Amino acid sequence: MQQTNGRNTSPSEPLLAVDGVTLQYATRQQIVTATHRVSFDMYEHDRFVLLGPSGCGKSTLLKSIGGFLSPVEGEIRLKGQRIARPGPDRMIVFQEFDQLLPWQTVLQNVVFPMRTAGRFARGEWEDRARAAIAKVGLGKFVDAYPHTLSGGMKQRVAIARALAMEPAVLLMDEPFAALDALTRRRMQEELLDLWAEIRFSMIFVTHSIEEAILLASRIVVMTPHPGQIIAELDATRFAHDQSGSDEFVSFHKQINGMLFGQQKVANG
Amino acid sequence: MADVSTQAQKQVIEVAFRPDIHRPLAAANAIGDVTQKLGLFERLSEKTWLRRLAVILVLVIAWELYARYASNELMFPSFSNTALAWWEGVRSGVLIRAVYGTMQVLLLGYAVAIGISALITTLAISTRVGTDVLATMTAMFNPLPAIAILPLALLWFGLGVTSLVFVIVHSVLWAVSLNTLTGFLSVSQTQRMVGRNYGLKGVGFVLRILVPAAFPSILSGLKIGWAFAWRTLIAAELVFGVSGSSAGLGWYIFQNRNALETANVFAGLLTVIIIGLLVEGVVFRSIEAVTVRRWGMQNS
Repeated sequence: MQQTNGRNTSPSEPLLAVDGVTLQYATRQQIVTATHRVSFDMYEHDRFVLLGPSGCGKSTLLKSIGGFLSPVEGEIRLKGQRIARPGPDRMIVFQEFDQLLPWQTVLQNVVFPMRTAGRFARGEWEDRARAAIAKVGLGKFVDAYPHTLSGGMKQRVAIARALAMEPAVLLMDEPFAALDALTRRRMQEELLDLWAEIRFSMIFVTHSIEEAILLASRIVVMTPHPGQIIAELDATRFAHDQSGSDEFVSFHKQINGMLFGQQKVANG
Repeated sequence: MADVSTQAQKQVIEVAFRPDIHRPLAAANAIGDVTQKLGLFERLSEKTWLRRLAVILVLVIAWELYARYASNELMFPSFSNTALAWWEGVRSGVLIRAVYGTMQVLLLGYAVAIGISALITTLAISTRVGTDVLATMTAMFNPLPAIAILPLALLWFGLGVTSLVFVIVHSVLWAVSLNTLTGFLSVSQTQRMVGRNYGLKGVGFVLRILVPAAFPSILSGLKIGWAFAWRTLIAAELVFGVSGSSAGLGWYIFQNRNALETANVFAGLLTVIIIGLLVEGVVFRSIEAVTVRRWGMQNS
């Protein structure tokens, strides 16, 4: 893994390199090791899914990529540059609905990061925001306040807000986990449609095997206590509506076996 | 645990088969109105101001009836006489000047206190030590009645506006700071991370994320501060009367008591209440309407 100067990332070089990263965080009583020397390379236009049960450090890893937590060992590089702090080149979509700022309308919420980060020319902000909102199907709701929207709509706005910034990589921290099953399913399909259109690069954290297979081009399977990567799997062969196919089911079983088998060992 | 014996019997209950049922849906126009309008009385009783006005009306009637029954103008003037005295005070300009004098000092003290509060809470929230310092200071000084430090203020600043402003600042500062700090600390982790994700930090982070996110709490601090400032000022004026060039409402009340013009005393108190209601019902409610209630951060 050689250093690059970060100017031009040719397809052969990773967009994001996670290199031997150990993460620790302190609670009131103790220091917890969330991940232990995890490594992976992510390339441009990847739909990269971090999959694992709760406690495997996948969300902590995502926060570290977001710049909120520095590794105690190893480093994370975006286009060859070491990540040191949070920044709008790595827009995050969170699980919680309150990620939309309640004092701003949908439009203001989408414009807000462009304004604070000084991204794009001032005159383009509103047009870009409206286009992004229209893309997630909420064109009628530009002037609505977040509290009047449903959970699914709020998550759509959060996705629009992140995509409008055209980030180098889109970070998604279980964005659909708090939605009802029907909405969740529709949101997954919409996200794939958006990807087909824009081809953004994203890292998506989930604990649902099915969601991982549906969304991913590549799946990183993680095991808990402390978080380690047990496998990195290709999932490009699964398209939209294949969740019932034999191959899907056997892939599901394979991952399930990895997680379940490991858990038994970990629990003794 | 009590069910062990019944479980042991292993009674098998089968659910009998029943055929599927499919029903045709009624056409939308056949159902009639899905929503119906409320009656006039029900709609009126939804208006908060109308219900409160009714409460005030009842209180006024009770006051008038009791005063007529007691029939002692010196001790307890009736509402009608109080209203007359009030109108006389307004017309002659005495009451207006008193309100003006009080308001001037009050707004000055209130503004200074909010300015200081904004500064120290911003400094405090940036570091953990700062938060601890401010939390301890507010815990210490908030329960200390402002009027209790009036003697000290007189000693330091003499008999004048400065002393009054000092005690008002003391009464407002800690209440507002305490509420603001509590509000800041309870801003959700997600919203903090959203702000930092956009590269916000320092004062920009405080102004663009923390202040609006904690606005319900800040607003209630401002309300409490306003009430404290009123009480403190009226009380302080009662204690040492004329402040600088202008005599305030407290002095008006005190003077009229000495002259046994009890209706005027009531008129002075009524003025305090009216201004309090106006500020609460008009100023603060309008601020709430365009902020926290529009944002869905507060319901009533």
